Amino acid sequence: MTVAAQGSLLYLDAVSVAFDGFKAINKLSLVLEPGEMRAIIGPNGAGKTTMMDIVTGKTRPDSGDVLFDGAIDLTRHDETTIAELGIGRKFQKPTVFESHTVQHNLELALNRPRDVFSTLFHRTTDEDQRQIDEILDTIRLTHRREEYAANLSHGQKQWLEIGMLIAQEPKLLLVDEPVAGMTDAETEETARLLRDIAKTRSVVVVEHDMGFIRELDVKVTVLAEGSVLAEGSLDHVSADENVIENYLGR
Amino acid sequence: MISSFVFRALDRRARGVIAILLAVALLVPLANLGLPSDHPLHVPNYTVGLVGKYLTYALLALALDLVWGYCGILSLGHGAFFALGGYAMGMYLMRQIGSRGVYGDPVLPDFMVFLNWQELPWFWLGFDQFWFAAIMILAVPGLLAFAFGWFAFRSRVTGVYLSIITQAMTYALLLAFFRNEMGFGGNNGLTDFKDILGANIQADTTRAALFSASAIALALAFLICSGIVRSKFGMVLVAVRDAESRSRFFGYRVENVKLFVFVVSAMMAGVAGALYVPQVGIINPGEFAPANSIEIVIWTAVGGRGTLVGPIIGAVLVNAGKSVFTAAFPEFWLFALGALFVAVTLFLPKGIVGAWSAATARLKRQKAKPPVDAAASPEAAE
Amino acid sequence: MHRLIRPLTLLLLLFAVLPTASAQTELGGLIDALSTGKLKQRSGQIEAIAATGDARAVPALQALREGDLYFRKSDKKVFITQKDGKDFRLIDPLSGELAGTETKKALSKVKTNNRLRRQIDDVIGALTLLSEDPQTRIAAAATIFKTADPASLETLEAAIAQESDAEVLAAMQRARAAIVLKTDAPDSDKIEAIERLSSDGGREALPLLTAMAARSEGAVAAAAQQAVAKAERTAALWDTGQTIWYGISLGSVLLLAAIGLAVTFGVMGVINMAHGEMVMLGAYTTFVVQELIRANMPGLFDYSLAIALPLAFLVSGACGFALERGVIRFLYGRPLETLLATWGVSLILQQAIRTIFGPTNQEVGNPTWMSGAYELGGLTFTANRLWIVVFAMIVFSALFVVLKKTAFGLQMRAVTQNRKMASSMGIRTPWVDALTFALGSGIAGIAGVALSQIANVSPNLGQNYIIDSFMVVVFGGVGNLWGTLIGAMSLGIANKFLEPYAGAVLAKILILILIILFIQKRPKGLFALKGRAVEA
Repeated sequence: MTVAAQGSLLYLDAVSVAFDGFKAINKLSLVLEPGEMRAIIGPNGAGKTTMMDIVTGKTRPDSGDVLFDGAIDLTRHDETTIAELGIGRKFQKPTVFESHTVQHNLELALNRPRDVFSTLFHRTTDEDQRQIDEILDTIRLTHRREEYAANLSHGQKQWLEIGMLIAQEPKLLLVDEPVAGMTDAETEETARLLRDIAKTRSVVVVEHDMGFIRELDVKVTVLAEGSVLAEGSLDHVSADENVIENYLGR
Repeated sequence: MISSFVFRALDRRARGVIAILLAVALLVPLANLGLPSDHPLHVPNYTVGLVGKYLTYALLALALDLVWGYCGILSLGHGAFFALGGYAMGMYLMRQIGSRGVYGDPVLPDFMVFLNWQELPWFWLGFDQFWFAAIMILAVPGLLAFAFGWFAFRSRVTGVYLSIITQAMTYALLLAFFRNEMGFGGNNGLTDFKDILGANIQADTTRAALFSASAIALALAFLICSGIVRSKFGMVLVAVRDAESRSRFFGYRVENVKLFVFVVSAMMAGVAGALYVPQVGIINPGEFAPANSIEIVIWTAVGGRGTLVGPIIGAVLVNAGKSVFTAAFPEFWLFALGALFVAVTLFLPKGIVGAWSAATARLKRQKAKPPVDAAASPEAAE
Repeated sequence: MHRLIRPLTLLLLLFAVLPTASAQTELGGLIDALSTGKLKQRSGQIEAIAATGDARAVPALQALREGDLYFRKSDKKVFITQKDGKDFRLIDPLSGELAGTETKKALSKVKTNNRLRRQIDDVIGALTLLSEDPQTRIAAAATIFKTADPASLETLEAAIAQESDAEVLAAMQRARAAIVLKTDAPDSDKIEAIERLSSDGGREALPLLTAMAARSEGAVAAAAQQAVAKAERTAALWDTGQTIWYGISLGSVLLLAAIGLAVTFGVMGVINMAHGEMVMLGAYTTFVVQELIRANMPGLFDYSLAIALPLAFLVSGACGFALERGVIRFLYGRPLETLLATWGVSLILQQAIRTIFGPTNQEVGNPTWMSGAYELGGLTFTANRLWIVVFAMIVFSALFVVLKKTAFGLQMRAVTQNRKMASSMGIRTPWVDALTFALGSGIAGIAGVALSQIANVSPNLGQNYIIDSFMVVVFGGVGNLWGTLIGAMSLGIANKFLEPYAGAVLAKILILILIILFIQKRPKGLFALKGRAVEA
């Protein structure tokens, strides 16, 4: 096992993947410490979502190491196993179970045995309910708990999905553009929420919104054309010649 | 554990449906056998046979609804599971004929004598015992569904691709069962049954008992389906239907979820086939025809998929319509059926039950609305 | 081959050979002698004719062989006869001129039997070896090759000695080798003969060599066995070739049936269960066109398919257009519902055709250019299959050009890739959808014209092809025309290769199972597009 990976939560080394000759990810390397919150920015097509696909087992890299908790090779597992290992993911487009109520959405996300027979004979316990109530409170959806998720507004769906991720109790949370389509007030709230979450677990946020990144105030990684262009504080990367050239523009 | 499952299954609507089915199971045979034929409430033999057949169709539609309506797997191969259950029952019934066949062979069914076969093929062994046949009625469709689903769901074959390969599956079985060498009677299938469990299969009492068995099997299947869809597993089913990928990222093993429900559904279809065969007196490869499987889909769609009552209503209504139509205007039945397919998908995507619920919900909302509004909406009441 | 060449030989001989007066009388006497004596003496009489070495005796011998040689009871003169109503036309056996007619009663048949027929074949062979015409000589050598009668060896060797034409010489050498194997010639000669037969003996040499391998010993047997093995390899190669051809032919049928589907399913993502009925409509259009032509202008029958093609395209295309506008456009994005609705449409179309034309098969004729067969080496091509392969390729190329090179094709691909963008670029997307669907359906109609030539034209025609068509498209990879081509061909060929081992039905079942397994492995078919999949 790679020595460099020890002590890290997520470790990507020289990861590459190509689709029909197009290199979506090119020798990407990235290390995330336990409890760290990281923001990833980059132009469209930089490979941000593909990177998340690789970490969550949706896409297999052509080469390179992807290690979780310093030892677990994520390239050998599928989405389900990786989710059970403790990696949660929020999609770019808010994805919730639209024909279920808010309450049921959270219940489905709770960190409980998920095999066929456990779910078949499961009874909602008081502990389940307590946890759901708590999350409902956090994501401010208590008053809509019996509403079908399909009837929520865009922002509320984003929040519900984040709430579901909290219910999942992952060690690492991957969040893809959480504030797309949100009002300024909502964006601010979301930043607060993510910072809260980051107190107890590691979070990777992919976002375009610079204001939001500034709000988060964390280490930033800039991706371009499938590899890391720069890394450091937002001010540091903003001053980087390469970054300005490739992304921010002059 | 089991008790909570059953308890949850028996919600108000389910209790109603099951009560009606059990009443039908009891009262129809009574009205058939107990009342004189000139009594106004007498149910003629013909009707018992016909409705008994509809009940097995309803069970089949319910089975399909469990995978399609709740889990989004549009199987165009459920006719195959139905036919396999039917063949398992048919094989038992063939063995019961004994030496009363045309050729009088004590062991071999007539068609095997006709083909000059010397001994019973291995896969016919044991079918002289009802318990063995009963196990096979569940096991054969179940195993096929398991093998098929194991590969298909693992490789994430979804949507229309899955529909098309399930259709290919039933088509392959259709071709296979037409072959005499398969040992299932080829083109003619299995027929000329005499006894079932020692009773004459033609007797009125036997037919009434088969009717009751169909109604009870439907009630039981309804109970099981109700238990499944009202459990947390049922919530997972719908979650998989609506956002498969999302469920996977929450740690649900989607392939197992689908596999379980697919196998349960196939077994239910097998039971439906097994009850169907003694009532119609024949099973032949035509039951594997892809068109049959698609017809099941339309019963379910007409009644309302994603509801448990819908498929039962749909199966009975469409088939009753078919009986009436084919008797009165045989030329026009296919026009009517075709039009039904188009009309339901265009105008009634949620079926009769869905449309009914929507209508009553609208009515309720209108009634609940106080003349001067605003304060009543939950948003503002908070 | 044999059957084809004999009449040719006869014809050539009748005109090519110039009779000389003196020989005529001598030969004529010998021929007339056939009217006398019993069957036992006939062999000697034929030998006597053969001894003249005069090729003009051939027509008479030929007629004797076929039982057309009669003699007039009154003067015992022998004639070749042709039946003319109740009477017989008499033809002079040497000059080939008509010599009057006679009633059956006045004539008596010159009898023959199978042993004599073989002898006659040999004699004819030997006689014609010296013909002026190289084709006749080749045919003669071929006849000798078949009978391989050692008695012909001397004549044959004489002919070889003066033969200058290389092709004829090769044929004669082959015949000689075949005879040598039967004689007790020295081993070295036999081995040489085996080698000759092995190198250019063709398929007919195989039984000779097999027999030789069985009855000889030592070096000869070894050489024969080797030659047999080689010949079997060659035969196997030809058989493989033939199977591939059958496969390509079946593949073309599948391609025709599936290619329209590749447009509607592949490009538009619409499951059109009524696709088979579009094919059926094309076949019925052909039927109607042929009926009209038969009734009104029988002379145009050979052009009936050419007339039916555009009509079938229009009929099925119009139907597809109506289907898209009337039903499918309301169901975009709901593929499973589209499947059900189009299934309903297919039921309606089937029943409509059944109501109008009846449930039975309709007779669709083959124009003359669609019948017959061609041979090439060890391969046989029937004309209708050949045309269907050619036609399938033309349709494929035409569609390919339409999709890749025309403005409409460009718009179609644009709509497929990004509907909103295409729409904002000023492409009328609903119009493109309807036309694409009409195009796919129209191609199905064209396929129906072709399929009417080889399949039963009945209301169920479409049902028989729909599952196969879906298999082809899914196997090849959705949205890829090349995939459809390769999918159709590989399924066709695989099917034909399995058939000899498994039988037609089992082969089909196996193919279905293989496809089901294949889709598990590659859910998007052979030529799937890879890409970043976010939320599928």
